[in-house]
Amino acid sequence: MKKIIKYVIIDILRNKIILAYTAFLLVLSFSIFSLEDNAAKGLLGLLNIILIIVPLVSIVFSTIYVYNSAEFIELLVSQPLKRRTIWMSLFSGLSSSMVLAFLVGAGIPVFIYQPDITGVMMLLIGVLLSVIFVAIAMLAAVKTRDKAKGIGIAVLLWLYFSLLFDGFVLFLVFQFSDYPVEKMMVVVSMFNPLDLARIMILLKMDVSALMGYTGAVFKDFFGTGIGMLLSFSVLLLWSILPVWFSIRKFNTKDL
Amino acid sequence: MKRILLITILGICVVFFADAKTIKVGASKKCTTIQQALMFASNGDTVMVNKGMYHEKNLIISKRIALIGIDYPVLDGELKYEVVAIKASGVLMQGFKVIRSGVSSMEDFAGIKIYNCRDVIIRDNILENTFFGIYSQYGINCTIEKNKLTASSSEEQQSGNGIHCWKSDSMRIIGNFITGHRDGIYFEFVTNSIIWRNNSEKNLRYGLHFMFSSNDSYIANIFKNNGAGVSVMFSHDVKMIHNYFEENWGDGSYGILLKEISDGIIENNRFVKNTVGIYMEGTSRIKMNGNVFEKNGWAMKIQASCMDITVTGNNFLNNTFDMSTNGSLVLNTFNGNFWDKYEGYDLNKDHVGDIPYRPVSMYSVIIEKNPPAMILFRSFITTLLDKTEKVLPSLTPENFKDAFPLMKPLRL
Repeated sequence: MKKIIKYVIIDILRNKIILAYTAFLLVLSFSIFSLEDNAAKGLLGLLNIILIIVPLVSIVFSTIYVYNSAEFIELLVSQPLKRRTIWMSLFSGLSSSMVLAFLVGAGIPVFIYQPDITGVMMLLIGVLLSVIFVAIAMLAAVKTRDKAKGIGIAVLLWLYFSLLFDGFVLFLVFQFSDYPVEKMMVVVSMFNPLDLARIMILLKMDVSALMGYTGAVFKDFFGTGIGMLLSFSVLLLWSILPVWFSIRKFNTKDL
Repeated sequence: MKRILLITILGICVVFFADAKTIKVGASKKCTTIQQALMFASNGDTVMVNKGMYHEKNLIISKRIALIGIDYPVLDGELKYEVVAIKASGVLMQGFKVIRSGVSSMEDFAGIKIYNCRDVIIRDNILENTFFGIYSQYGINCTIEKNKLTASSSEEQQSGNGIHCWKSDSMRIIGNFITGHRDGIYFEFVTNSIIWRNNSEKNLRYGLHFMFSSNDSYIANIFKNNGAGVSVMFSHDVKMIHNYFEENWGDGSYGILLKEISDGIIENNRFVKNTVGIYMEGTSRIKMNGNVFEKNGWAMKIQASCMDITVTGNNFLNNTFDMSTNGSLVLNTFNGNFWDKYEGYDLNKDHVGDIPYRPVSMYSVIIEKNPPAMILFRSFITTLLDKTEKVLPSLTPENFKDAFPLMKPLRL
C-alpha cells in the first residue's frame, strides 16, 4: 500500500497542476494579507479561498485524476492486490498531496501574518475540507463511467455545497421565520461540510456578533467542547463516508 | 478700619479652629467604639479610628466631623444593618473598610448612605459585600472618590447598586472601582454632576445606568464586561467623552444604550468587542465625533425613531456589521467617517472617497428581520447578495449613506 501511495504522490507531483495550485494559493494568500491594512481582513479573504477555491480544486482535480489513471488502476487490479487497498492508496495519495499543497500554499502566509488560534483553526478546517472533497470526488468518479459526465457531476456537487444548499437554507429560514428554527438550523448545517466549516471559523472571527440571541444559540452549541467535538466528528464522517461508499462500489465495479 | 476687621476675623478663626479637637478611637484608647467618640465630638472635630474590627450596628453621623480611618479599620454590618448613615453636611469619611451590610427588598441598605445633606466627602474606602455600596439621597455637592466597591452576589434581586445617587445635584464621582454589583453607578434624577475616571466592570446589569438625569458628564471611565453595558435613558444634555466600552456581550447588551436622549455629545470614546457598540432609540440631536468602533458585532444600531444624529469623523474598524436599522426613514447624517469596509476610490486625491459608502449591508437588514439567518453569514450566497445589493440597492435604506467617506483612518 505504501508503495502505491508513493507512486500516486510522485505521479501527482509530476503532473505539475498541483504545483501550480500550491503557487496559486501562495500568491493569492500573500497578496490578500499584504494588500489589506489589517490582518483580520486578510483572514476574511482567506476564508473565501478556503470555502470556495479549496473545495473546487480538490473535487475537480481528484475526479479528473481518477479518470486519467483508469489504465493504471486496471494494471494494479491485475496484480495480486486487494481492490480495497488500491482504492485506499489512491485516496490517501490524492488527499495527502492536496493537504500538502494547501498547507504550503495557505499555511505559510497564515503563520507569517496571523499565527493565532483563528489562523490555526482556518488551516485545520482547510485541511479537512481538502480531504472531504477528495472523498466526494472519488465517490462521484466511481459512480459514473463517462469522464465528462463524472466531471460534470463533480462540479455540480461543488456548486450544490457552496451555493445551492445555502440558498435552500435561506429559503427555509424565511419560510419558517415564525417558528423557533435556531436548533433546526444547527442540525441542517450538519448536512453541508462547508456550512459546518464556515460556522466553526465564524465562532472565532465574529464572536461579538454571535453573542446576540440567535448567535448565542449557535455559540452555545458549536462553541462548547462537546459541540466542537461533534462538529469535528461530523466533518470526519464527511470524509470517511464517501470513501466507504466508493470502496463498496469499486469492489464490485466492472472495470 | 480694614486692617482691624481682618485681624478680628483672623482672630475669630484661630479661636474657632483651636476649639476643634481630635478624638482617637481604638482598643487601647479612651474611646473603644466610634459611637462613643461621636458622642464626645462636636462640629469641626476629627475622629481618628485605629485599625481593628468595629461592630457599630448602624453608625449615624449627625455632626460635621472628619471621620478618618488608619490602616482601614473594619466596620461590620453583620448582614443586618445599614453600616454608616451620614446625616450632616460637610462630613469627611476616609480610609475605612465597610463590609457586610444588610440585604433587604423593602429598604435600600447601603454601606455608606448620605441623607439630605451637602458637601460630604467619601474618599478612599473599601466596601465589600454591601447591598448598596455608597448611596446618596438628596445629596448636594458631594464627592465620592477613590473608593473600591466589591460585591459577590449572583442574582440581580439580591444585589444593589455600587454607587447609587437619587435626586442629587452637583455630585463628583471620581476614580472609583466597582465590581459585582447590580449597576456599577446608578443615577436617577441627578443633575449637574460628573463621573470621572471610574472603572466599572463585571457588574450584573449595567456598568452605568442613567435615568432622568440631565446636564451630566461622564469622562474617561472604563466600562468592561458588564451584563448589559451602559444605559442612558430619558435624559438630556449628557456628555460622554473619552470612555472605554469593552466586551459587553450578549443579546440586549450594549456598549451604550441610548433611549429618549437629546442634545448629547459622544466624543473620543472607544467601543471594543461589544455585541452592539451603540444602540439608539428615540434619540435626537446627538453629536458623535472622534469615536473608535473596533471588533464589535454591530458598531451601531440606529432605530428609525432617531433624528438629527450627526456621526462625523469616527473610525469603524473590523466590525462584523457597521450599522443596522429597522426602517427606511433616515433623519441622521453620517458623513466624513472612516469605514474599513469601504471599497470606493479617490480620483482627485483629496483623501475623500468619490462614491458614497452605505454602512447598512443587505445582510444586516436580513438578520434584523430574521435573526436565525445569522447561520449563513459569510457564506458564498450571502456575499453574492451583498455585492448585488451594492450595485442595485433595493432592501437597504436609500439615504443611509456616508457621502464623504474617508480613505484613511483618522488618528484617534
